[in-house]
Amino acid sequence: MSKRIGMEIAFAAAETVALCRPDVIAAYPITPNTHIPEHLSDIVAEGRLDAEFICVESEHSALSACAGAAGAGARVFTATSSQGLLFMQEIMPIVSAMRLPVVMAIGNRALSGPINIWNDHSDIMVQRDMGWVSLFAANGQETVDMVVQAFKIGEHRDVMLPVNVNLDGFQLTHVVEPIWMPDQREIDRFLPPYEPFASLHPDHPLSMGTLGVPEIYNEVMMGRNVALVKSKKVILDVWKEWEALFGRRYKPIESYEAEGAEVLLLTMGSLSETAEVAIDELRREGVAAGLLKLRLWRPFPFEELREAVEGVKVVAVADRACSIGGPGGPVFAEVRSALYGEPERPIVVNFMIGIGGRDVMVEDFKNMVKKAARMKHVPAECAYEIYGVRGS
Amino acid sequence: MTEKKWPETWQEVNPGCIVFTPGSARSYLTGSWRAQKPIWDNTKCIKCGLCYLFCPEGCITEDAEGYFSADLDYCKGCGVCAHECWPRAIKMVEEG
Repeated sequence: MSKRIGMEIAFAAAETVALCRPDVIAAYPITPNTHIPEHLSDIVAEGRLDAEFICVESEHSALSACAGAAGAGARVFTATSSQGLLFMQEIMPIVSAMRLPVVMAIGNRALSGPINIWNDHSDIMVQRDMGWVSLFAANGQETVDMVVQAFKIGEHRDVMLPVNVNLDGFQLTHVVEPIWMPDQREIDRFLPPYEPFASLHPDHPLSMGTLGVPEIYNEVMMGRNVALVKSKKVILDVWKEWEALFGRRYKPIESYEAEGAEVLLLTMGSLSETAEVAIDELRREGVAAGLLKLRLWRPFPFEELREAVEGVKVVAVADRACSIGGPGGPVFAEVRSALYGEPERPIVVNFMIGIGGRDVMVEDFKNMVKKAARMKHVPAECAYEIYGVRGS
Repeated sequence: MTEKKWPETWQEVNPGCIVFTPGSARSYLTGSWRAQKPIWDNTKCIKCGLCYLFCPEGCITEDAEGYFSADLDYCKGCGVCAHECWPRAIKMVEEG
């Protein structure tokens, strides 16, 4: 039976990983994800989890160790943040190309420089095109649930891809929340032992990570793309099963007060809950505003997005990363591009907020919605704004 | 049956490009890359075996008399053996 407890989300994530019975954990500490592997190493040291905890000398080694262990058929887990994730970058596409279902928690943090340990999404956005399934949690409960779901999704024979679970640094990692913690029996029922498609063993030799010459590279890329696109079906199935077992529903895009809305805010991660309060207040003031919470970043839920914005006049996308010198924030660029071919489409505008840990208040969201509602025509290069910049 | 050099369609590529046949590199004849081939002058050869040690392809073998030669199915013609052979017993000769 699940039990409702108060626990720091990073610790809860670690406890949940332990319930998933990983064979190997390799991680290198970096704020703000550190409490996750730190607590896992405690769990292993206490003998509560029979796993190999590899204290590596860098994030590059952490993910390399995970790749090797996953290749040998182990269920593996790692976690990181910010520059640590960037240090893993070289291995990120290799893990997905080798179709290894590594699960990684990312305590999202701004990139240096200037050096900044606080929360935004610029670390994961750099990894956007690395071929991983990418989930965003809005609170502690979603973090816990998504960690378990991540193993099930990634290990599914129709997917066989690595999965990252994004939880906002500090705003989530370091916050104590009431969380329904599943118990071992529930997790064992939901998540069977990992059965790899292939594994490295001297008794049945095979080669992984081989050379892909130009004559084969396009075909490989096609296979990787199809696998990630098609993973959405598995993700939806896993979420359906989760709902049946635990009663908590997950959708790629969740609508909040979107019915009859003229302006929709779109957020990812922990800001969604502040945005909900703003929407409540706006509705009370008579503003037809609603909210879309994006949970699934890769594969991008194109269909669900188009459905969710039907009949809406303006979509205001809140990005927590900048594509410097580009079209705006990465989420915005995706949303606008997804709607470009639609005969009737809303105006899409972009506010880059909460960058480098800058606080975003309920009032800020209300301002953004009101500003977006006034926009009738937006030239392509003027559709974004770094919100709240002094002197602009 | 002739073995296919490449999978014909993307669906035929194994997930993760996993190669299930051990030692399958043997069926790929890298000798087709070669523009020059190594020729040994056994009157200069001192049987030191440096060519054998340095060959990156591992295609040089020693015969019963202790002299060396390259398996031209795999020799890429890189010339490392000729470069390393200090008695200058190996010459790289144009193919064709």
